[in-house]
Amino acid sequence: MPKLTIDGKEVDAPDGINVIEAAELLGIEIPHYCYHPALSVPGNCRMCLVEIEKAPKLQISCNTKVTEGMVVHTQSAKTKAAQRAVLEFLLINHPIDCPVCDQAGECKLQDYYMEYDDQPSRFPLEKKVRKGKAIPIGSDVMLDQERCVLCARCTRFFDEVTHTSELAIFERGDHNEIDIYPGHPVNNKYAGNVIDICPVGALTEKDFRFRMRVWYLHRATSVCGGCERGCAIDIHHQRGRIYRYKPRYNPEVNSYWMCDEGRHHFTTLQNETRLTAPLVQQGEHLVPEEWSVAARRVASQIESLKKSFGPRSIGAIIGAQATNEEAFALKRLMLDTVGSDRIAMVSYTPPGLSGDDNFLIRANKNPNTRGLEAMGIAPARFDEFAKTVAAGELKMLIAMRADLVTVMGETEFIRDFGPLDYLVLIDTDANETAQMANQVLPIGAYPETNGSFTNFKGRVQRLSQAFSPPGDALTGIEAIARLGRALDGAEHASEAGAIFTQLAASEPAFAGISFDALMPYGASLKTAT
Amino acid sequence: MERILTRWLDIPDLRKLEVYRAHGGYEALRKALFDMTPEQIINEVKNSNLRGRGGAAFPTGVKWSFIPKESKKPVYVCCNADEAEPGTFANRYELENDPHGIIEGILIACRAVGSHTCYVYMRGEFAFQKERLQEAIDEARAAGLVGKNIMGSGFEVDIWIHRGAGAYICGEETGLLESLEGKRAYPRNRPPFPAIQGAFGSPTVVNNVETLSNVPHIINRGADWYKSIGPEKSPGPKLFCLSGHVKLPGLYELPMGFPLKDLIYGVGGGILGDRQLKGVIPGGSSFPVFTAEEALKVNMDFDSVRAAGSLMGTAGVMVMNEDTCMVDMLKTVAHFYHHESCGQCTPCREGCGWIEKLLTDLEEGRGKMEDLQLLIDISVNMEGNTICVLADSLSMPVKSFVPKYRSEFEDHIRLGRCPFKDRNGKSAIAA
Repeated sequence: MPKLTIDGKEVDAPDGINVIEAAELLGIEIPHYCYHPALSVPGNCRMCLVEIEKAPKLQISCNTKVTEGMVVHTQSAKTKAAQRAVLEFLLINHPIDCPVCDQAGECKLQDYYMEYDDQPSRFPLEKKVRKGKAIPIGSDVMLDQERCVLCARCTRFFDEVTHTSELAIFERGDHNEIDIYPGHPVNNKYAGNVIDICPVGALTEKDFRFRMRVWYLHRATSVCGGCERGCAIDIHHQRGRIYRYKPRYNPEVNSYWMCDEGRHHFTTLQNETRLTAPLVQQGEHLVPEEWSVAARRVASQIESLKKSFGPRSIGAIIGAQATNEEAFALKRLMLDTVGSDRIAMVSYTPPGLSGDDNFLIRANKNPNTRGLEAMGIAPARFDEFAKTVAAGELKMLIAMRADLVTVMGETEFIRDFGPLDYLVLIDTDANETAQMANQVLPIGAYPETNGSFTNFKGRVQRLSQAFSPPGDALTGIEAIARLGRALDGAEHASEAGAIFTQLAASEPAFAGISFDALMPYGASLKTAT
Repeated sequence: MERILTRWLDIPDLRKLEVYRAHGGYEALRKALFDMTPEQIINEVKNSNLRGRGGAAFPTGVKWSFIPKESKKPVYVCCNADEAEPGTFANRYELENDPHGIIEGILIACRAVGSHTCYVYMRGEFAFQKERLQEAIDEARAAGLVGKNIMGSGFEVDIWIHRGAGAYICGEETGLLESLEGKRAYPRNRPPFPAIQGAFGSPTVVNNVETLSNVPHIINRGADWYKSIGPEKSPGPKLFCLSGHVKLPGLYELPMGFPLKDLIYGVGGGILGDRQLKGVIPGGSSFPVFTAEEALKVNMDFDSVRAAGSLMGTAGVMVMNEDTCMVDMLKTVAHFYHHESCGQCTPCREGCGWIEKLLTDLEEGRGKMEDLQLLIDISVNMEGNTICVLADSLSMPVKSFVPKYRSEFEDHIRLGRCPFKDRNGKSAIAA
């Protein structure tokens, strides 16, 4: 642990780290473009030059290992002069097209110019080197070569992380430009990450471009629900609409990255089919109604079936899209309030999606299979269910985040579950199953809820609500609490933290984990692998 | 003075193995293989004070001593034959006329550092020189001097020629290594130094052609003899590439420490057209210019030239007479570095082009007085702030030309044109 001094503050730094990382330990930001903690160190941008005592010239802090007694000055006149100089160099051939650049507002050229440069240009506009603009280079990536600072983060990502090497630097000197090889566009499932790590407006996202100025976006820390990996994300949203997902650093799950499928997962959550009010079946149609009416109707249905056929005539199937809190609340509702132990899980992956790769993507597209398993909710065996229905033992089914018609196929569903007296669907969309349900209760998708997912390795991570569910839809746990209150008149917990505390107290796999401890990187189940 | 590096001028066909051997060729190798340990070779070269001829003047024996002993990885020797410094043309003559001298130097270097593979990185334009060296390697291989069991010693060295594809930056030690590995020749951050992690991640020595061709003579005749030539700290025979406005331009072998005045007015035959001397770049275009007054006082060895405010570099001496437009000259230098900057580091990538644009404006009469300070500012901002020294190679000339010939720059601005040209842009000086 060498002890060094940065800007007069002493720090014990772990062996082998560089000055930029040591400064971060002290909360001192050394500006940089090319350095990225998950990539190799090229030392090309020269933005992180700092004055180090006894060194003959300024040193790049990204490639200078800490040594005992080192004295670093990040605010000295020499350091500041170098920072200004590098920014001036970076900007002479930059097109300064911020007004039409999608990166504006989250651009390191803009930010650093304001903070470290802030001088008028000494370079006439008409002498700039011109390069290509708005070039689609494959996947969802748009390239602007003029805005590029040639930090080579993107080429290094494709070389070192995906090993696909679609991008390279061509030409020489100030004509250097990033490009693909002719006829070989970017083609890998992680291409979107180069847009995130591009510090400037050189690489932008085709889908996001010109949709929203970034300063209008709000952020919610959450977890991608696209597969059982559960990459940590930030949800960028505004007025109840999600504009993009950005990966959030989690060393235990996804490092700095996420896949392109996950990046676009939110688009499946904002369909026209979203439910905004409870629906009740009247003849051929589903008709909207008030929550209070709907909850009372479902409760009285449960009560009457309980009286006639006993509590085990009511069952529940919950999809592995549900949060830990939703699953636990439904389990307790069934066991404690309804009095039935018939609860099972469905973890369904539609055909045609990517299988496991050796990086992030998992074949199981359900974010919480492991969490439901860990609280003892077994996978649903539809043949067993069919038998109980046929035998007249099961009269009513509550399906939560489980589009059974799609999962089973319409014929099979009608064959197995057609004889049910009553089907309640608690879900986000008017899906196939909704058309068959007696009662539909609308809830929010996972970005619209607080809670947690447990990924396939047993890592429990927290979701923060980005915004409320649309219309009269409730969060999943609120919906369950409503049903509970309609059944027994008592208050049921409807707040994620309180439910998680109960969960941790009663489910051994979750013992010892507190809801607050799930930020920022989550916590592992006792049985985690 | 006895010719050492340019013996070919006295010995016809020295490039042929039989002739080379008839004049003591490969005896130094025999000595290095059978009579000396690797340590003794390194010490002899250290004691000779031989300094790298590629421009950086680093002590060769010290460089060799950095190679880890008993390396688990293979050790490589790279011979830098990517001679590309403007005004420099020594290596090409050596490759053409004394290839065995280079091969013998390579073999001794390999013996000293425990290497069994040498790559000669040769600039792409050296097609003929490549043929000459390849012929010599083939001859030496056939004679048991290259390959397995050299001279029956059991020592093994293979020599491969790798031709470059025409970039100045490939002559930079680590750019050379990247290019050798098949990558874009982006110079590397140091540390790690090539002695620890060079070619293919292995310990590597990179030596210039001229440096290596000095080695057999040092082994043959000893460090004390070598040190007796020129100044003790910067000794040896040196190849000077004399070009520009002299009557007898060309390659001259002279002892280190030879007065620049005698180089120009003695062996060089004086200034072309008997005009006045205006300035001299002593070490290839990368280094500060000497005014006539400075040039006439300096002796040509590494330390003396450094003390006088420039660097001897590759000893590419460029002489400029009074008819030279120094703005135009500097613009030409800037054009070269702008064209050859690899573009890896921001200051060099952007600064070299900026400087050339400013100098083009100045030369063509569009310059402004504040441009002169801007040129200095840009140079200061580039210098020392990049991975390799290409940025410094332009900033050093700019920082010397502008103040030393300031009145000429100002004349361009005041007149709105180059005073050395007429209104049509033609040279105003009678040929």
